[in-house]
Amino acid sequence: MNGPHDMGGMQFYGPVKPEANEPVFHADWEKRALAMTVGMGFTGQWNLDVSRFARESLAPDFYLTKSYYQIWVNGLQNLMLERGLVTENEIATGKMETHPVEVKRVVSGEEMPAALAAGGPVARDPEGPAAFSVGDRVTTTNIHPTGHTRLPRYARGKTGEIIAIHGCHVFPDSNARGDGENPQWLYAVKFDAQALFGSDAEAGNTVVVDCWEPYLERS
Amino acid sequence: MSHDHDHDHSEWSDMELKVKTLESLLLEKGYVEQSALDVIVETYEHKVGPRNGAQVVAKAWTDPEYLQRLREDASAAIAELGFTGRQGEHMRIVENTAEMHNMVVCTLCSCYPWSVLGLPPVWYKSAPYRSRAVSEPRKVLSEFDVDLPDSTKIQVWDSTAEMRYLVIPMRPEGTEGFSEEQLADLVTRDSMIGTGLALSPEEAAA
Repeated sequence: MNGPHDMGGMQFYGPVKPEANEPVFHADWEKRALAMTVGMGFTGQWNLDVSRFARESLAPDFYLTKSYYQIWVNGLQNLMLERGLVTENEIATGKMETHPVEVKRVVSGEEMPAALAAGGPVARDPEGPAAFSVGDRVTTTNIHPTGHTRLPRYARGKTGEIIAIHGCHVFPDSNARGDGENPQWLYAVKFDAQALFGSDAEAGNTVVVDCWEPYLERS
Repeated sequence: MSHDHDHDHSEWSDMELKVKTLESLLLEKGYVEQSALDVIVETYEHKVGPRNGAQVVAKAWTDPEYLQRLREDASAAIAELGFTGRQGEHMRIVENTAEMHNMVVCTLCSCYPWSVLGLPPVWYKSAPYRSRAVSEPRKVLSEFDVDLPDSTKIQVWDSTAEMRYLVIPMRPEGTEGFSEEQLADLVTRDSMIGTGLALSPEEAAA
């Protein structure tokens, strides 16, 4: 979707403000927001791509004016509301009023270190050979789906060169829709900065974007 | 996004209440366990952080065979040091040289190599960095007080997939004979994102 999250190349957001000796968290609630977001992810009621789409789909004014952990909390609430895990009233009061939905998995404190260390790899066995090779010139598709995609606007309809093949990975555009993992070959595609941003960009600089095969056509 | 830590206090205390309310609901419904949530916080507040990545970089600087393994399969080579897990499942290193400076961003969200760097800093997730890192990286670097020679070109890696990138900064001069531990002290978080350089021994001592 062409949402507020797709920020590459946008202007007038001001300077970056690094914070010296930044703490890991700026408030206790940020810790709890992280823990709930990661913890609820383990229940298996949605996948990573669905959760990213939930955040992207928040109202643009909210997305652009709130902190990242506020975005996470509201994204999590929406995921749970959509699946009937909680109700609006329960969120308001913090008190259970409806039976819990049976979730696929509840990770215990003892199991959590191993669960975090295992992570969630997305590499899958390929169903066929890769269509492109390192060194191939490719052009990205000019897509504007209303659903989730990981092809940023600034890199659509642009021509670059494949510099690496990462393997075959879960395809977010399908996985976020609930259409299954639909694994696709994933490539690192290098673009000249001027091909993306015009002559104002610095000649010789480059941008590498990871692109799944359906995003690419031979150039 | 307003990330300047000048949120008004009422909004912040509203968030404390909102999150506490939600957490008690999820616990009551049995979707999560308190001890499991506490492990998540403890892990990312105290156990996983940029010191992990600094050890990888220091070893890469001193052990050519390790560097070669990092180039061939960074996930496996990093796992040798015990660093695995969420947001580090598919690692790749990018090596800075005098000709090419690498810098990492996630323009679409906040993708970041947690297993080696921990959780991302606020600026990494903020609109100014996400919007401009790809289009005017040299200007962004100047905001980190990084001034590269014009002859050094910049390659920006946009983390659009589940590949996570660790920048191997250039080894500072005057560090011949340093141990891995001494070298790791020179490796800053920002140098592994590409928005900084490794410290000189003098800078580290200052």
